[in-house]
Amino acid sequence: MRVALFITCIGDTVTPEVGRSTVAVLERLGHEVVFPAQQTCCGQMHLNSGYRAEAGRLGARFLEAFDGYEVIVSPSSSCVGTMRECYPQLHGRLFELSELLVGELGVTDVGASFPHRVVYHPTCHSLRVTNVGEAPYALLRAVGGLELVELEAERECCGFGGTFALKNADTSTAMVIDKCAAIVASGASVVTAVDSSCLLQIGGRLSREGAGVRAMHLAEILAQTASG
Amino acid sequence: MSGAGEGTAAMSESMPPFPPAAREALGDAQLRANLARATHTIRDKRDRVVAELPDWEELREAGRAIKADVLAHLDSYLLQFEQAVTAAGGHVHWAPDAAAANQVVLDVARAHQVDEVVKVKSLTTDEIGLNAALEAGGVHAVETDFAELILQLDGDWSSHILVPAIHRNRTEIRDLFRRTIADPSVSDDPRELAEASRRYLRERFLTARMAVSGANFAVADTGTVCVVESEGNGRMCTTLPPVLVTILGIEKLVPTFSDLEVFLQLLPRSSTGERMNPYTSLWTGVTPGDGPQEFHVVLLDAGRTRVLADEVGRQALHCIRCSACLNVCPVYSRTGGHAYGSVYPGPIGAILTPQLIGIENAPTLPFASSLCGACYEVCPVMINIPEVLLHLRAKAVESGAKPGERLAMNAAGWIFNGRRRFAAAVRLGRLGQRPLIRRGRIVRLPPPLDSWTRSRDLRPLSGESFRDWWARRR
Repeated sequence: MRVALFITCIGDTVTPEVGRSTVAVLERLGHEVVFPAQQTCCGQMHLNSGYRAEAGRLGARFLEAFDGYEVIVSPSSSCVGTMRECYPQLHGRLFELSELLVGELGVTDVGASFPHRVVYHPTCHSLRVTNVGEAPYALLRAVGGLELVELEAERECCGFGGTFALKNADTSTAMVIDKCAAIVASGASVVTAVDSSCLLQIGGRLSREGAGVRAMHLAEILAQTASG
Repeated sequence: MSGAGEGTAAMSESMPPFPPAAREALGDAQLRANLARATHTIRDKRDRVVAELPDWEELREAGRAIKADVLAHLDSYLLQFEQAVTAAGGHVHWAPDAAAANQVVLDVARAHQVDEVVKVKSLTTDEIGLNAALEAGGVHAVETDFAELILQLDGDWSSHILVPAIHRNRTEIRDLFRRTIADPSVSDDPRELAEASRRYLRERFLTARMAVSGANFAVADTGTVCVVESEGNGRMCTTLPPVLVTILGIEKLVPTFSDLEVFLQLLPRSSTGERMNPYTSLWTGVTPGDGPQEFHVVLLDAGRTRVLADEVGRQALHCIRCSACLNVCPVYSRTGGHAYGSVYPGPIGAILTPQLIGIENAPTLPFASSLCGACYEVCPVMINIPEVLLHLRAKAVESGAKPGERLAMNAAGWIFNGRRRFAAAVRLGRLGQRPLIRRGRIVRLPPPLDSWTRSRDLRPLSGESFRDWWARRR
């Protein structure tokens, strides 16, 4: 299958390893990945902050950049969900990575190996907007050597929320402190999710606390193989 | 929101901004502990009783559809209701705003030379600042709901739609009762506290000559008014005093009596996590020899028709005040209700208050949410709260965003709208961040970005962007 990669602005500039991992997983499964170079940002930040006109311009740019591509994938459930909500014509064309793998390609075992204790944080948009369901869990359970442990109050928000993390920094911090306490209590050495934005929040707090737990995107774990 | 107006949030002026109020609340360890315990307890109870109903989603859809129909034909339902109430011997008053509604209550009290009224817990009367208005007119309003009584005795105001004193624990309540209505030997045993309030209130019920209530629902075709409650104080108020005045927000109508069937399932399960609430009082006009012999209904607009005019925002008027959205909200469950500065706190308050009083008077409330969507998931009438939050955020920005923010957002929009600009901005950012990076992390940023780094490390822009890697790989 020929898949167009929607990298997202954060994925392009801050967490490029997530995009590289997404490419690695899809190519390992025999798919062709293309990168439409006109893409920049989908406009979600503007939309969620009340800047509709700017969001509309960026959304239009997104549609143009991906015009003609039949299948689009992104390692960000939040951007995928938002774009699908704003542009219903993207339904059936635009997928979050775990959705594409499990739902469209019917794969749960991607040949990954990651012998660590891992906890999964279901991000709010993946749960309630993009509705990725059980797909990430199914993929993680099929990873060689990986021990998936439970997260207390897993459906509770990490407190990122885009500009919420800045505008309401105190409340956002109170939320991420609780999330990190649950992650540490799970005994995992790695926390994973399908949104780099939430992982910046969680990872940023874990790092500040010196908690010794690493934040990794699901794609990074799926890209790991026994041969390294 | 009791007391004579001090510290109240009667919704007539601008609200204080949310972020600093939230910071203060978050610093109160006792409040945090009380809130976490209370919201999680109710949340769990709700989940259990909702899971019992196989047709819960159909009920939600029915609730939504009935409310949407009421709003679409509100003019005719209101006239129908007025006619039915009048035919049953009641009096109907139309109040365009809070002052008009308060005046009706005061006029009725004066006509009967009453200087004390008993009250059923009512958010709508809190919204219009009724107690303070009555007090100013020489009439004392006694709150008879246990939690409302606690707050009134202490000059405090409600922080939760359903459990107004959720921010208080029983030791605090014992100390308050010892100072006010109970003798000094009362313990913090909930039974003793309840007994103390019961003795105090029983005398009020038996001597009151006038009562004031809100309403959960009102039936257009019969003129019936419905109040649901847990303590029986509402039943006392609506049956013992000879005069009863009900303040009814115009959005509270349902078309027919049988529509109550849907809401009397949705409401108790969503709010208290009970299959059925202990007391459901229904009355239609006056019945000679039984209950109040004089009955008034005040139909309150106070901004509701303005909300109704907004196609996206009007769904906030579906709200049946169950408070399920408060209990699941990760923001509310940490900050509590006072941070919202409004009678209606939590997610529903964040969309209702700015619409009722004007976005310019509560511009920070629509931003008091991480958009996690937990509220929408539990709402028994399917109010898409995140959708309305975004709608109101756009209005807040239009009505006057901070100039610095607008500049930054416009700049970001411009940069993202060209791939060369975008690449150039990333290169510039890499240079700019260089002196800030310590061991691969940014731990301190200048304002306003320091609000991130005060509590969290930040990953810097990568030395090689994905697109650069992609180009190199080709």
